[in-house]
Amino acid sequence: MNRSPLHGIHEALNARMLPFAGWEMPIQYEGIVAEHRAVRNGAGVFDISHMGELLVSGADAGRALNGLLTNDVSALSVSEGQYTLMLSEEGGVIDDLIIYRSGESSYFLVVNASKVEEDVKWLRSHLTEGVSLDDRSESLGAVAVQGPESVALWATLEPGCPLPPRNGIAEYEGGLILCRTGYTGEDGFELFAPTELINGYFQRILDAGAAPCGLGARDTLRLEKGYPLNGSDLDKDHTPLEAGLGFFVKLGKAEGFTGSAALLEQKAAGIDRKLVGIAMTGKAPPPRHGYEVRDEEGEAVLGELTSGSLSPGLGLGIGLAYLPVANAVPGTEVTIMVRDRPFPARVVKKPFL
Amino acid sequence: MNVPDHLRYADSHEWIDPSTPDAALIGISDHAQAELTDVVYLELPEVGRIVGKGEAFAVVESVKAANDIYAPVSGEIVEVNEALAEAPEPVNEDPYGGGWMVKIKLSDSGELESLHDAGSYREQIS
Repeated sequence: MNRSPLHGIHEALNARMLPFAGWEMPIQYEGIVAEHRAVRNGAGVFDISHMGELLVSGADAGRALNGLLTNDVSALSVSEGQYTLMLSEEGGVIDDLIIYRSGESSYFLVVNASKVEEDVKWLRSHLTEGVSLDDRSESLGAVAVQGPESVALWATLEPGCPLPPRNGIAEYEGGLILCRTGYTGEDGFELFAPTELINGYFQRILDAGAAPCGLGARDTLRLEKGYPLNGSDLDKDHTPLEAGLGFFVKLGKAEGFTGSAALLEQKAAGIDRKLVGIAMTGKAPPPRHGYEVRDEEGEAVLGELTSGSLSPGLGLGIGLAYLPVANAVPGTEVTIMVRDRPFPARVVKKPFL
Repeated sequence: MNVPDHLRYADSHEWIDPSTPDAALIGISDHAQAELTDVVYLELPEVGRIVGKGEAFAVVESVKAANDIYAPVSGEIVEVNEALAEAPEPVNEDPYGGGWMVKIKLSDSGELESLHDAGSYREQIS
């Protein structure tokens, strides 16, 4: 089990720790609902040291990556970033990630913890000569500061290191990297620094008033915004078109990308299932990953929830599921099975909030 | 952690008030509610259900997970705290008062002897 460089602070804060993607990570400190609200209303700070960071560089790096990722890497100017996906030849999702153009011919990739090894292997086997990949996951610690007050908080802490604009990246002396992104739907940033420096940043951000937040709140925050979680809502059995991520898939790229042939074929034929938002319509137990989704009458099985939780913001249960397109229209009444009992729910538009 | 002296406790963190064996109050301990945090939904049994000691008779759900609640003793459920089905907050805020879950009519009050007294429960959770 990997330990975050911030482990000592988590223990001092009495965090509840759980294994996640091979890492022992804080699931919560005060409580998921309190932490969720701190991010929606103020500022919260998450340890995301488990995330992977890859540096891909070389004169041909941009072109090579553009052939491996769904979004258009060539559209990035230096210091810009974009959400993108890495697919199998069959069009299934290997990983979703953010790619930043950190230099003229260097790219900083932030990937899912559970996929670092697979991503590195996949990239290495597909990158062309003269393009190098440096896996910096072990040498970098990372925190995400999220919430409407996070930007002002940083400005008072480090006025000399301004944040980049939305989706951008900025690098400073000492190996500090700031990215203006997040996974909560709020303004904020992700901070990457050498592991020996990350404790100092985390502590100072806490001292400045950000609430420590665990992976539990990270999950409810992202779910309210309809952001998919790889391994739950995204996997090799589903394409980004089915996941509703077509905006980040540029099928018009001249040289195509790994998986593009399969996606073009699927697009021509039309998708037959789609990842939709589902909200409980009355008092019900919180929906959870794996619960069966049935039709309104509670008879025909339509699919199962890939994510589910109580939404602290809405005060009702929400979830995601791949449903046949005929049942995927917002307003469609469905049934969620909880411990063999039916509870009414409805297909709704994402984001939920 | 609050562990009232007059109650008995199961290994699985339920408490029972032994003073009224025909309608003994049952809930979960302060320690248990702190571990669960943020109880958002409670599923209670039907009145009249017969439960055996150690049988799961209720489900308490936090934001993150569903957890079974086990009967500390055998008996018949004679009343449930319906108010918790609408608003489960007392489970966290007042675990030994408004957070009571069911009243049970003990079928064998001798089973109370197998439960922790406050002192030994304090040792278990320390």
